[in-house]
Amino acid sequence: MKKKNIISRFWIYLVVIAFWVICELLISQESLSPVIQNQLIPICCWVTMAVSLNLVVGISGELSLGHAGFMSLGAFSGLIIAGWLQNAAQVESPVARLVLAMLAGGLIAGIFGFLIGIPVLRLRGDYLAIVTLAFGEIINSLIINLYVNLDQGTLYFKFLKGRGLPGIPLLAGAQGPDNISKIALVPAGFILVLLTLIIVNNLIHCRTGRAIMATRDNRIAAESVGINVTKYKMTAFVTAAVLAGMAGAMYGLFMSRATKPTMFRYTKSIDVLVFVVMGGLGNVNGSVISAALLTILPEQLRFLNDYRMLIYAVVLILMMLISNNPLIRSWMTRVKENLFRRNKQTPSVPVPGLDDQKGGGRT
Amino acid sequence: MVNLLVNLVNGLSLGSVYAIIALGYTMVYGIAKMLNFAHGDVIMVGAYAAYVALRSLNMPPLVATLIAMVVCTLLGILIEKTAYKPLRQATSLAVLITAIGVSYFLQNMAQLIWGATPVNFPADFITLPSISLMDGKLLIEGATLITILAGAVIMVGLTLFINRTKVGKAMRAVSEDRGAAELMGINVNRTISITFAIGSALAAIAGILLWAKVFKLEPTTGALPGIKAFTAAVLGGIGSIPGAMLGGVLLGVIEIFGRAYISTALSDAIVFSVLIIVLLVRPTGLLGKAVREKV
Repeated sequence: MKKKNIISRFWIYLVVIAFWVICELLISQESLSPVIQNQLIPICCWVTMAVSLNLVVGISGELSLGHAGFMSLGAFSGLIIAGWLQNAAQVESPVARLVLAMLAGGLIAGIFGFLIGIPVLRLRGDYLAIVTLAFGEIINSLIINLYVNLDQGTLYFKFLKGRGLPGIPLLAGAQGPDNISKIALVPAGFILVLLTLIIVNNLIHCRTGRAIMATRDNRIAAESVGINVTKYKMTAFVTAAVLAGMAGAMYGLFMSRATKPTMFRYTKSIDVLVFVVMGGLGNVNGSVISAALLTILPEQLRFLNDYRMLIYAVVLILMMLISNNPLIRSWMTRVKENLFRRNKQTPSVPVPGLDDQKGGGRT
Repeated sequence: MVNLLVNLVNGLSLGSVYAIIALGYTMVYGIAKMLNFAHGDVIMVGAYAAYVALRSLNMPPLVATLIAMVVCTLLGILIEKTAYKPLRQATSLAVLITAIGVSYFLQNMAQLIWGATPVNFPADFITLPSISLMDGKLLIEGATLITILAGAVIMVGLTLFINRTKVGKAMRAVSEDRGAAELMGINVNRTISITFAIGSALAAIAGILLWAKVFKLEPTTGALPGIKAFTAAVLGGIGSIPGAMLGGVLLGVIEIFGRAYISTALSDAIVFSVLIIVLLVRPTGLLGKAVREKV
């Protein structure tokens, strides 16, 4: 019994590590197709994004549509720090720069996550969704107007207009970053994924995680047994923001000059939400797999040209229609019961969606 | 002073468009309890339909508007029947993802049909002459005037429709309590379809009015006005029809004033900040009803 539990909890780590080892082997033999090799770091970033968003949407039960905003904050603060380390502090080692930039990105995103969380977590359901979306858009339009220059070790920040700043530009508003080398590494990407999994899994399986899930399932009942709802929701929200910030810094240092503030608008948040829902709400392992697959798939379907996104849309709609069809649902439950007949403790309770929080008129 | 008036008129005009779109959002939310993310793309389809009618078929503007309304109404009903109706019992997140799928579908379909390059919406579409007031200092364009008038007519008409007609009564009943409405003999599915039809027809009008002033039309341009109208609906209290009107007009005026007096680059940030501040003070929007949670 116990052994089975351990396997079911940790197989995803084995899968990620195995995938990493295979990729490293293929890269060392130069037999990995360049398309996939170029996708490895973005895949790691999107997996991290999906797992961290799952913490907010699936585990904490708050529909957030502004997750890409935290990624954006992480990306640009990480880029600025990396640019400063590279051009002013003369840190030679790219690994040190990457790690410091990711820590900075995570920290900045975490601080903003906390500040945004204070007003946002007071709201419920769809109001919370639109406010997170609004924050994401505000972050986007602030960064798009931000100009940062570096002159003799000092960072100069200017808003709205970039002209007149001394030194070399690091960030030039809508044009994006400049003078920052690409230092993202494939191993760092996989380590980020593993770190995210460890953090999120540990959070879910400890006392805090159970409290978070209790507030999701029934806020009033959780409050009545003395759970501080705001505190636990904030824990989930800030953790997710920090992870998104780190993923953002990684992504920014992978793309460097090609990073644009407009890449992280609400459509990106929605893309990540699609990963989460496809992988299963509250199912961390599912998020990893669906994010990886749904990032690779569109790249592999390039030959379909204009029909690519159309097919994606149709598949998305069909998946939702099929997975919510009552007949298919009951059939799936029966199949699952047959499969796990011996393991009676397997919870077959579906994760309640966000339905429960809407309207609030439940009796 | 004149500047202020010009901005106010422009704000009211943009606000009317937002209000018309927001009405579609809020009606659908009130009745089907879903965020219809594809609504912004229905606006885009409406504008393209009008564009085709005007440019390729050489229809007069009024007929083109009617054609766009019919196209959007059919599209709205089709979307509702195929994508949303099977999900009546599903979680709201599943419906949201489906709506996002529909939104992607419409954008990419439009791209396949009309191409990704922007087309120019006919500039001479609204032929009403401009009006000059205060010795020619205050010049109101015909398009602006039409937009404000159309907005006012739609708001009054819709209010009357919801409050005075039998279908309107059915819509209110379904939005209040779907189960009880069904027990009273109201055809819930038909009522929801009618709501989608009205919302989509309004979206077509909003699309035409919007692009009569913006001109540049491309498959992805529907999303941002859609999101802003959604913001307007939430600002006024989602599910509330007067709220959507108030929220839409307010948002339009704030956006134009923000552009004129603070910064063009930050106008979106200003709009969204206003939403956040309002929701902090009134968590259910300006005219939204606070629902008590029963234990």
